[in-house]
Order: sequence, then C-alpha cells, then structure tokens
Amino acid sequence: MASYSTNEFKAGLKIMLDGEPCNVMENEYVKPGKGQAFNRVKIRKLISGKVLEKTFKSGDTVDGADVIDIDLAYLYSDGEFWHFMNNETFEQIAADSKAVGDNAKWLVENDVCTLTLWNGAPISVSPANFVELEITETDPGLKGDTAGTGGKPATLATGAVVRVPLFVQTGEVIKVDTRSGEYVSRAQK
Amino acid sequence: MTDPVGNNSWRPSAQISVLAQRAGLIAQIRQFFAHRKVMEVETPCLSLATVTDLHLQSFSTRYTGPGLANGKTLYLQTSPEFAMKRLLAAGSGSIYQICKAFRNEECGRFHNPEFTILEWYRPDFDHHQLMQELDELMQRICNTSAASRLSYQQAFVHYLNIDPLIADLQTLRQAVIGLGHNELAEHEEDKDTLLQLLFCEVIEPQIGRQAPCFIYDFPASQAALARLSPEDARVAERFELYYQGVELANGFHELTDADEQRQRFEQDNLKRRQNGKQEKPVDTHLLAALHAGLPDCAGVAVGIDRLMMLALGQNAIDDVISFGINHA
Repeated sequence: MASYSTNEFKAGLKIMLDGEPCNVMENEYVKPGKGQAFNRVKIRKLISGKVLEKTFKSGDTVDGADVIDIDLAYLYSDGEFWHFMNNETFEQIAADSKAVGDNAKWLVENDVCTLTLWNGAPISVSPANFVELEITETDPGLKGDTAGTGGKPATLATGAVVRVPLFVQTGEVIKVDTRSGEYVSRAQK
Repeated sequence: MTDPVGNNSWRPSAQISVLAQRAGLIAQIRQFFAHRKVMEVETPCLSLATVTDLHLQSFSTRYTGPGLANGKTLYLQTSPEFAMKRLLAAGSGSIYQICKAFRNEECGRFHNPEFTILEWYRPDFDHHQLMQELDELMQRICNTSAASRLSYQQAFVHYLNIDPLIADLQTLRQAVIGLGHNELAEHEEDKDTLLQLLFCEVIEPQIGRQAPCFIYDFPASQAALARLSPEDARVAERFELYYQGVELANGFHELTDADEQRQRFEQDNLKRRQNGKQEKPVDTHLLAALHAGLPDCAGVAVGIDRLMMLALGQNAIDDVISFGINHA
C-alpha cells in the first residue's frame, strides 16, 4: 500500500493509524516562527467511528489504508451475516454484525446500500437515505386526526420503531429517513 | 483547458475594499518610520546564497546572462535580513524595508509561500527597546493596548509547569504524550521539536488574547541569529510577538560576531545533512560584513499579511492578499 506525506493530506484521504483505517477530515498547517512545522489533522477512525485530532511533523509519512466504498444490493440475512450482491458482477459479499451495527433495521431487500471495504472486507454498511417499510404493529389511533399531534410509535417489518402520525395504520407502507430515523410520508403507491 | 467564460478563478482572493484598507495601513506604517527618521531601503530578492536554517526551505532559480552562458543558481530571499545587515555594516544607520519574502513548503490559513515582510533594524537598541518600539507600532496599526512580556522560561513554567532550560528529553516526551501525541513523542530525539510542539499546542492559544504578548529569551538552541545573553548563556536574546493566537513577529538582539555566525551556519548545515536535506551555500558577503563590523543593533521581522488579518478582522491570509497561491 502506498504511503502519504503530510503534503498529500486532504479531506477524504484514507490512512492507517493505531492499526485502524481512518478518514482524514481536516488538515491544518501549523508552523512556529523559527522551527519545526506541524500538520494538525482531524481524523475519523472508520471502525470505531471515533473522531480525534493528531499532530504530525510536516514531511512525515503514514501508510495509506486500502479502503473503498462500493454500492451493493442487500439480499438477505442468515442471522449471523448480512449478504449483499454487486448488481453488475453478481459477486456476493457478507458483512458481520459489527459492520452492519444498528443499520440492520434499515436494510430492505434489493435496496442498494454503500459498503465500506477495508482490505476487501466490509467494515461499515450505510443504508439508502430513504427506505420504504411496512408497519407491522401500531395502535389504531383516533379517527379524523390529520395534524399529527405528537404521533404514536409504530413497529416496522425490520423491527425498527419510528414515530408516525395517528392516521397511519398497521399494514401501510411508509417512507423513513434513515439518517434521522424519522417518518417522512406514506409511500407513493 | 477549462472554458474561461463564466469561470471566476481570475478574481482576487481578497475583496477590493480590504485591499484599500490594507494600502491605508501600509501608508501609516511608512509614516511611523518617517517620523522616527528610519530610512526605507530596498535590497535584492535574488541572492547567490541563502539561509541554512533546517526549517526554512528557499526557492531557487537559474540565472543566465552575459558571461554566464551555463547559468548560476540564485535563491529567492526568505527574509531581507542578510542584505540589510550589510547596509548596517556599511553605515546606513536605522533602516526598514517592506518587501516580498519567499518560503517553499509553507501554505495554510496563516501561510502563503510568497508573503510580505516588514523588517527593521535599530543600532544601539537591545531586544527590549525594540519590543517597546514594535508595541508602539502595534498600538498605532491594530489599536491594541500595551503588550505584556513573558520570558520563554516563565511561559513554560506558568502554562506547563516545565522549566524548558533544564527539562530532559524524557520530561518533554511525557508532556507531549499527555497531549495525546504518543507516536510523535516516542520517536522524537530533538528537544527543540518537542518544545516547539508544546509551545504551539498549549502556550500559543492562551497568550496574547486581550493585548499582544512578547515571548523573549528563547533557549540558546533556538537562537537563530540572536546573540546569547551575557547574563545567562542558556538563553538567546530573541523574541517573538503573539496576538490572538497568531505569531506576528520575530526579532533579535543581533549576533555581531563573525566567527560565531560562521559556526552557526556550519551547525545548521550539519543538521541539514543529518536530516537528509541538501546543504546550502553560506552567505560569505554577510560574514565579510560582520568581520568589517556590524554595529550593536536589534532587528525584527513582522508578517505584514498576518498583521493585516488581525487589523482588518479577516479570517485567512488569502483574505488580505490580492491573489493567494491557488489564484496566482
């Protein structure tokens, strides 16, 4: 894998730090009047998600991380792994629960998700920004309420629980924003 | 080739109104020195020799001309210091200059590889008298209140509880590890690099918030071109000025001893070799001028672009120069 000098640092560069692949978020050049120059770098660790600041001596090099993002269609879960397929090559990849994490509840069959691969293995799975899911359980609520005053909890087909307006009923399909976990609308038929 | 129509990259990086204010402030600086009978001078940007400092990278170019068909390497100045000292040795008296300086590999919010320096020299001043004059200039240009002064040692003791003049490598490494920079600390053999990191990360953000702050009497190992203190040879009579988290100026009670100056150049070149950097030709004109006799004097260089950022409330150096390096 290539190594990068601090002069090549920029937002989006993937480097190795403490044995973990990291994404460079910000890079600031710092130099005392007379003396060693430094680069103050903001970094997000891609596995733990931790954001931290590191300081490098300008001109130092670090190893690059073999990290790529690819779009794959979600197929199914066997309970232990979540299986995805490249719609062009039909190649399949399995991600474990560490990589999928809380996003398991937003995985809808055939939806395209973004997988981050490190050395070819998935380290994180990002669902589409919007998914459509069927409500499997919610209180009937009051007839005639259309203003959505506070709403009520609804359980979706994947087990996710979101707040929905009172007029939305069990069996309906709704659109949810996966970034905020919030109800957007009834699905367009 | 991108289509030039509708492309805004030709535009200045600074607003025209800011450039107008900048011009006004520079006129005030010239007035300040005219009142004090300090003569404005110009010296060449191109020189046969350059700085040997490990941490300054100069630009070079090739000169060809009559009698030089094969060309000769010339360096762009990183500051006008050497040439101005030659004027002082020739009897110029107090002089100042506002000029361009060039430093390779330096770019960021507070750095542009080509920038404007204000540099001046005062015969018979020591570094404390020159700090006083710089303070008066700051009050005039930036409307600041009177500056405070802290020695380098006082600053480290106050903010880090470390005496920089006696601390060993292990103590400094521990302090840097305390900031979360383990990898950097564990492999660093140079005490000055660790001191500079601690200064940048801990001290610089806390000093000069309300009024400018002078830091003076740097460790002898960071003397650059300052003379060592006759009272305490562990420190050099060098100062820097900080205001609102920005380093604005660096000054010296100047080293006048030619032999010591030659040794420092050689030490620098030795360090360059050890760090895998190319050695630089020593400025023999400067050494000859020191031999002929440089008057006892103090000198200081001020980063004019940074001064403008602070005086005009701008966020980045590109906001106060007509065309930053990405638009040059």
